Parts: sequence; structure tokens; C-alpha cells
Amino acid sequence: MYPLPVASWKPSNRALYKISLPIALIIWLLPLLAVLLTSIRSSDELMQGNYWGWPHDFAAFQNYRTVLVDSPMLHYAWNSCLITFPSVFGAIVLSAMAGFALATYPFKGSAAVLATFVAGNFVPIQILMIPVRDLTLKLGLFNTVGGLILFHLSFQTGFCTLFLRNFIKELPYELVEAARVEGATEWQLFYKIVLPLIRPALAALAVLVFTFVWNDYFWALCLTQGDDAAPLTVGVAALKGQWTTSWNLVSAGSLLAALPSVAIFFAMQKHFVTGLTFGATKG
Amino acid sequence: MSASISASPLARRRRRSALLFLAPACAMFLIYVIYPIFSSIVLSFYDWDGVGARTFVGLANYRELLHSDTFYTALQNNVIWLVLLLLAPPIGLLLALYLNQKVRGIRIVKSLFFSPFVVSGVVIGLVFSWFYDPSFGLLKVLIGHGVPVLGDEHMATLGIIVAALWVQIPFCMILFLTSLTGINPEVIEAGRLEGARGWTLLWHVVLPQLRPATFMAITLTVIGALRSFDLISVMTGGGPFDSSTVLAYFMYDQAIKYFRFGYSAAIAVVLFLIMLIFIVYQLRRLLRSDN
Repeated sequence: MYPLPVASWKPSNRALYKISLPIALIIWLLPLLAVLLTSIRSSDELMQGNYWGWPHDFAAFQNYRTVLVDSPMLHYAWNSCLITFPSVFGAIVLSAMAGFALATYPFKGSAAVLATFVAGNFVPIQILMIPVRDLTLKLGLFNTVGGLILFHLSFQTGFCTLFLRNFIKELPYELVEAARVEGATEWQLFYKIVLPLIRPALAALAVLVFTFVWNDYFWALCLTQGDDAAPLTVGVAALKGQWTTSWNLVSAGSLLAALPSVAIFFAMQKHFVTGLTFGATKG
Repeated sequence: MSASISASPLARRRRRSALLFLAPACAMFLIYVIYPIFSSIVLSFYDWDGVGARTFVGLANYRELLHSDTFYTALQNNVIWLVLLLLAPPIGLLLALYLNQKVRGIRIVKSLFFSPFVVSGVVIGLVFSWFYDPSFGLLKVLIGHGVPVLGDEHMATLGIIVAALWVQIPFCMILFLTSLTGINPEVIEAGRLEGARGWTLLWHVVLPQLRPATFMAITLTVIGALRSFDLISVMTGGGPFDSSTVLAYFMYDQAIKYFRFGYSAAIAVVLFLIMLIFIVYQLRRLLRSDN
């Protein structure tokens, strides 16, 4: 293990290390903690200039209530859900099938297909902007959640296919062969044999794609206008304009907007890290 | 050989299923990713307001770009972004080394360090705008007097990059942490027996083992730096006076604000060409490791 485990350090250094951890953490998270503190202050207190002192009256409940009730935050959050869940599901379905095909059938050009998927994902998204916007307009999907879903699921399919193809390739090929001897159709092979085996990979991808799509701002700006289909990211950016001086409300709104992806990360940490660090440990 | 295989009904059936499994993903990816790339390249030779007819203008958009001051500001800022954001991999490595211990509660500490990465860029942008606020921001409290970081032509970009680092560092950290746990302990022990310790051990024994993680961290940081959009949009909107713009934002601005779609496409193509270097590099490595 590198560095040397603390267990074999001098006791004084070990103690020092343990003390340094929470301090470093607080410094690191200071910008976020400041926002958290502001979100529970009352407007009166901010008016008096008490930004950093101990809050005299806690207005957490009122602030969060104002954000949830008096602003369209819940509407934006609902849009975010409507966009994110189908996108994640769609990307995973498409890429599971494509990954399966690329991993199990040897055919000419499979490397080229894979390379296209990967290359497409590294492209600066700005080069896609105008044509995708144009296409969405022509399909009549501009300013609808459908337009965003179609784009997100297509774009995420690239990375997901590479990930799943590599995962399926690691499975013992004899399983596929054995099932074929038993007379399984190709679809059964995919659905009954491979799919259950790649469940952990699917979970990892789902969490990862969820945060990518949930946090997207660029495409939401390009493909929506006004409030109808705008997701939470656009809503939060709008809060800044709506309550220019009420930083406590902007803070509360920001934290609410960040909550879902942070919660999902903490709930499914292991899967998230597996997906994210894919490729960092081998190759 | 291949002729006889393609003749057998079994092989034909398999090829057909391969095609069916691939078709939906390929179709969607072609429509939404591959076709738009070429479409943008073609569009960059046209003048188009997004509604009316397109007029072919040859290289005029690119010529105009070369004479635009904003283009050079954006390009310069892109280079600054690239260079400074590349601090993230080494800092992330240091952080990973610092946290790669087995003490009580270390898992939650690691997760909390990582948490900025899962927060959306918009929220990060708001958090830092507020952090920098010259009349009451945390920065003012820390250094004693207010500095209008985001309102100053010379500091705006740096201010945004600090926010970007706050997201990129934990990402690099998690890459390194994961591969640190995957290192073969025997190699480290052998290094220690040879008398290597501290920096020597890190440089000669540990780092070579972390090469895949290092490669990933650098590639994804470069891509992240060139793609930067959310933070700029939320924190400064490219200002003051376009001083903090980058190609990605400049391009968006020209299309959405001024409806200059052809010109905007030309900017995107320039950005694409810059990134192509990294794409080709990454692909070559991928295909090589596959064989």
C-alpha cells in the first residue's frame, strides 16, 4: 500500500493525520457550507448585513417553503424528471443491445463502429448544437421534453456502448456457446443469459448517466425557450435574476437543485465510482 | 473461408441478429451525433440566420473569424483554461495520496471531498459568484477587502477556472484513488526493500502503475477545459466586454444572440479541429489496447 499505512506511523503523526482530515474537509467544502448557512437566514438579517455571524433567527423553513411554493421550482424539477428518466432508460436499452452485438458477433467493421461511438462522445458538443437544434425544430420537438430526451439518449449511447461492450467481452464466452447448443435464439441469449449478468454494469451506467443528464445546462438552453420544458438547471439560473438581492432564497434553490444528484451519488456510490473510473484501472 | 461462412444459414442468422441489435443505437447516434458534425462543417461555409435561405460564402466566415478580436480573446482564454485546469491531475493525485488510508470514517471523507463533482455546473457557478461577491462574499471575509473578481477583465477567467478546478480536482482524485487500491502491493513492498521511499518510490514505482489513471485524468481534463460552458454562462456570460469568453461560449453567443449560424458553425469547427488531436490520440490508444 502506498503511502505507508497510518497504522505503522508514529502515534503522534497518526493523531495529527486524523485531526487534519476534518479540517481539510471543512476548508474544501467552505463555499458550499457558506451557501448552506445563507439558505437558513432570514431576509431581514441579510439586509442588516449579517452574512457571516451566527444566524439569530432560523428561517430555513420559510426560505425553502418560499422557493418550493412561490417559484416554479417544482415545475422545473418535474421537467428534469421527465427528461432524465426516459433518457437514462433509453440510452441503456440501446447501448446494451449494441454492446452485446459488438461483443458477441465477430464481424468486419465492428472496430470501426466502436471507434465511431467513442469518437462521437469526445467531440465538442458545440459542433452538434446548430444541426441538432434545427432537427428538433423540424420534428416539432423544440421546447418539449421529448426533444431533449431524444438528444440525450442518443448522445449517451456512445459512451454506454463502449462500457457495456467491454463488460460483456469479459464474460465467459462458453456461456453463450452453451446456450446456443441448448437451442436458444439470439434474442433469448441476450435477454435471458447476458442481461442478468451485466446488471451491475447497467446500474453503474444508470447512476452516471443520470447525473450527466440531470446536470445538463447547455442543451436545455439550446432546445427550450421559456418555462414549458425547462429543467431545474435553467430554473436555478433564472432564480438569480428573479431574486437578485435575496441570496438566501437563491441559496436554498441551488441546494434543492443539487440535492437529487448528490443523494443518488451517496446512495449508489460504489456503482457510480465503478462507472466513472472505468478505463482508469486497466488498459 | 469467409465465403463459406457467410453461406451457412447459421452465420447468416447471426449476422442478421447482430445487425438488428446494432441498428437502433447506430441510427440514433448517426442522426444526433455523426450527421450534425458534418452538417456543421458544411454550414460553416454558408451565411444563415436560422430561418431564411442559406447563401454560400466560401471561406468568408473563417476570414472574418481571423479578423475578430473576440476570437483571439476566446482562443487565448481556451489556452489559459487548458493550462490551469491541467493542475487538476497533480492536485487530485496529492489529494488521493492524502486520503488513501484506512482510518475510521475515511469513506465518508472521500465522498464528501468528491461531492462537488456531482453538483451541476449551474449551482457551482452560483456558489462561486456568491463566494466572490465584493460586498459580502466569503472571499472578502477571508482577505479583508472586496475584490470584484468576476467584474474585472483580468481576473474573471481566473475566477471561473478556480470554480472549475473545484469540480475537476475531485474527479481526478477519484480516478487515482481507485487505481491506488488496485496496485499490486508486492511491487510496492519490493520497492521498499530496495530502499526506495517517499518521492523516489512514488516516481519510480507507484506512478508507472498509475499510468492508465493519469492518462484518463489528463484526457478528460483537456476535454473538460475545451468544453467549458456552464460556469462561464452562469458566472459572467462571457463578460466583462467578452474578456472571459471561450470558443464554446463565443459560438453559442453568436448563434443564439445574433442568429449568425454559419459564423457560429465556423467557430465550432475550429474548436472541433483543436479537439480532434485529442480524439485521434485517444482512439489510437483504445484500438491498440484492444489488439
